[in-house]
Amino acid sequence: MSSSEKNNGSSEKFRIIPFIATFVIMLTTWFVFSGKFKIPFIVMGVISSLLVAYFSHDLLFPKRTVFKGMSFTWFKFVTYIPWLIYQIVLANLHVLYLVFHPRMNELINPQIIKFKSKLKKDMAQVTFANSITLTPGTITVYLSVYGDYTIHAIDDASCEGLPGEMEKRVGKIFGE
Amino acid sequence: MDIVVIVMIVLGLFFYFAGSVGVIRFPDFYSRLHPAGMMDSMGLLLVMGGLAIHVATGVATGDPKIIESNDILSAVKIVLIVVFVYITSPTATHAIVDAGVRAGLGPWTKKKSEDSDGKRMD
Amino acid sequence: MENFFLGSAIFLCAIMTLSIYRAVVGPTILDRLIGVNAIGSKTTPLLIIIGLLFGTVTKVNNKEVVVGGVDMFIDIALAYALLNFIAVIAASRYFQKRKGLHDEKATKK
Repeated sequence: MSSSEKNNGSSEKFRIIPFIATFVIMLTTWFVFSGKFKIPFIVMGVISSLLVAYFSHDLLFPKRTVFKGMSFTWFKFVTYIPWLIYQIVLANLHVLYLVFHPRMNELINPQIIKFKSKLKKDMAQVTFANSITLTPGTITVYLSVYGDYTIHAIDDASCEGLPGEMEKRVGKIFGE
Repeated sequence: MDIVVIVMIVLGLFFYFAGSVGVIRFPDFYSRLHPAGMMDSMGLLLVMGGLAIHVATGVATGDPKIIESNDILSAVKIVLIVVFVYITSPTATHAIVDAGVRAGLGPWTKKKSEDSDGKRMD
Repeated sequence: MENFFLGSAIFLCAIMTLSIYRAVVGPTILDRLIGVNAIGSKTTPLLIIIGLLFGTVTKVNNKEVVVGGVDMFIDIALAYALLNFIAVIAASRYFQKRKGLHDEKATKK
């Protein structure tokens, strides 16, 4: 890690677009959480946002961030959220049935399943893994760089839909 | 509007209750994570949604017809808490699962195997 | 409405005692961690409900003046959610270094 940073240190430029984007995000968050619009608060917010944006603009937007088409991806991601919440509610009702069933130990069948996903981009893989974990009944145990998923499922009904439709929808967001 | 708030909060509390019962009843900690991490997120969504509606419809004035900007800001903050929890909760769950896997804990299965020999079998 | 919020706050506290059972009894350390995490995730709405109750029952100069306690408590709730997340991450990272400590029955053998 440190050697690669040293190698890139000479060629690293101060990138202005991620800096401004981080600054705008930080300032918006400041105003939402402060809720005051007097001069001292605004000055303090601008100063602290500048500091944070200077230190961490390369954390929020890593070096190979492609800005082209990013807003469209975000729009598609927002349209994905209602479907995800619907799936979460359905799976919640299933786990609710399992929890209150008197013979729960016979119904559940905890198992670890493995499959390989077709998703290539990092963000797509992470979004898919987080969606799997957010759905009750399935938890992502391990995710490799090449798209190998290891899932812990609580019974057969929870894991039969994987990867399935969720992978298709996540792939549609990130254009794969 | 009060009825919507009451229904949402009662449903959320029910999900919280189910999550706690699941944490007690399930056999091993892999399966306990399902109710603990995820049903609590669902309960948080419902309870916080109800509270956000209640706050947005006039707490500062006590009159539902007068909505102040402060109330809207508080409701937005509550929604931001929900968004934050929904981003971080998978990460926390995955951290616990990862710790269990690296410690070499085998998952509880229905058939008795060598992995679950020393485990509690309810 | 205040009575309803009071009742739901008490019910949340009652649910927390169920999670305390898992935090005390749980056979492995990670079970205890799950119990503590469940308590922390229930504290977040509890804090906001406390804020609602706190803000509505104030009298100043024999007049009913509603003091907004919600704003303050929402910030506290957000900080608590952050802290809960970081606590879980740190604890699980800390305990995964010790093999064998998780399964306390295995170490007792």
